[in-house]
Amino acid sequence: MTSRILSYLNRSAKENVQQAILKAKQAESYHALLSLTEERALEQATKVDAGEITGRLAGVPFVAKDNILTFGGKTTAASKMLEDFTSPLQATVIEKLEAEGAICIGKANLDAFAHGGSTENSAFGPTKNAKDPMRVAGGSSGGSAVAVALDIVPFALGTDTGGSIRQPASFNGVVGFKPTYGMVSRYGVVAMGSSTDVIGPITNSIADSELVLEVIQGADPKDMTTLPSYFKPISSAKPGKIGLIKEHMSDNIDPSVLAQTRIAVEQLEKAGYSVEEVSLPMIEHALAMYYIIVPAEVSSNLARYDGVRYGHRSDNAQDLAALYGMTRSEGFEDENKRRIMIGAYVLSSGFFDAYYLQAQKARTLLIDQFRTVFEKYDALIGPVSPTPAFRLNENTKDPIKMYLTDTLTVPANLVGCPAISIPFGSTPEGLPIGVQLMTWREQDAKLLALARELEGKA
Amino acid sequence: MTQISDKDVRKLATLACLQIENSQLASLKSDLSNILSYVEKLSQLDTNGVEPTYQVTELRNVSRADEVQDTTVTRDDLLKLAPTVEGNSIRIPKVL
Repeated sequence: MTSRILSYLNRSAKENVQQAILKAKQAESYHALLSLTEERALEQATKVDAGEITGRLAGVPFVAKDNILTFGGKTTAASKMLEDFTSPLQATVIEKLEAEGAICIGKANLDAFAHGGSTENSAFGPTKNAKDPMRVAGGSSGGSAVAVALDIVPFALGTDTGGSIRQPASFNGVVGFKPTYGMVSRYGVVAMGSSTDVIGPITNSIADSELVLEVIQGADPKDMTTLPSYFKPISSAKPGKIGLIKEHMSDNIDPSVLAQTRIAVEQLEKAGYSVEEVSLPMIEHALAMYYIIVPAEVSSNLARYDGVRYGHRSDNAQDLAALYGMTRSEGFEDENKRRIMIGAYVLSSGFFDAYYLQAQKARTLLIDQFRTVFEKYDALIGPVSPTPAFRLNENTKDPIKMYLTDTLTVPANLVGCPAISIPFGSTPEGLPIGVQLMTWREQDAKLLALARELEGKA
Repeated sequence: MTQISDKDVRKLATLACLQIENSQLASLKSDLSNILSYVEKLSQLDTNGVEPTYQVTELRNVSRADEVQDTTVTRDDLLKLAPTVEGNSIRIPKVL
């Protein structure tokens, strides 16, 4: 795939912005975007056109998931809690992109506070799938994936706590990259699960993901969990050994998803790689670990929304305790409340050892298994999602059914390793399918080079 | 199979500072029971002697010099975000 980003360079930034905003307005029925930041975008464009800002992304429009703090409009996290919140600061990733001339034209829809896998938990209504508007966009970065799939912008930022970049990318036929935990600063992102949250790009090509990553990566004194900068793109991968994850090729996976994954394996073999099935038994426990650890972190991170300093405040409270209770009940969606309460449960005295501590010990065993496998294999391959995009409202009544859609993506988050969703063909009905590749931590450059072997080969 | 009672839901809501309506109790009870029943299968795993993992960066005690950092965010910027302000203070309803 050729780069879409390159086609925006060396053109009038103002025209790029105006065109993107026009496309966004024409595609309003998909509800990919919650707001447009037109005024600030045009101001930035004027600076780029005047040569005041130059760089690798000069005049390139993009959208940011609306849980990333930006100037020029509101940052809502798609929640009633932050419906009117205007940030006094910008996320480090936005500052870095703007410094290279990229221009944020709007904010993309998500599941409220990024809790969900379909963007149906948005307080402002769901985003529709780019290929079939009767189906979900995926989530939680559904708006970002659809905005790129519809070519409103050549790239978007998403966040991935348990698959929220990769799954919507696979549902809409675009590339989604989850970096190594700590490669990209999280300063200025609305915190969800702090031990797994990452920011990454959604693009039409692997080359574009690489370019955006080059700009946004690196140590940040404002985020003490960032790693020392290490990312350096490489032009091509050396054909080596790849493991096909046995547990992710079970009968629970949609047959067309399995078939496309097998075609991807054949393509890698044709390119000189040796691929063999590899078993990681702990991976079967990853989803249970995730739905203990992340709700625990969610319940702590969302404690800050109390109606006092910013965000929604209930009008009806007569005392402080009621202010907290009513503000939070009015400001959070049902899924937010479920996760907060599960988190409170697994952290409460009497249950802490059985749930939270047990999950963190199991996480050690999972990481050890990945470490051992990556000593022998350069990368792992498997599907991204058990099914292609499901129908709107198909899974909303049953939280467990929705959680199961994260089964194949959560392991990379718990381990902290990078993972990519590569669009790889479609179902007989034309729904996009994604294939997932993973490498060990800090091998993001190698992962991108490997992914190129599959690009356009479905 | 973990069964959550009405009392458990109310206790969790209190811990989490959430006001729950009576009409929400039944669905929360069943959703929370189902979620906990799913995750409790982890208890079968033998983790004897395994150290827990709380973060994956392998970084330790990242510190910086204890100096005031430049920031573009002012006190007024932050006060503007509060729903009700009086002078330089944020106003809230009575505590007791």
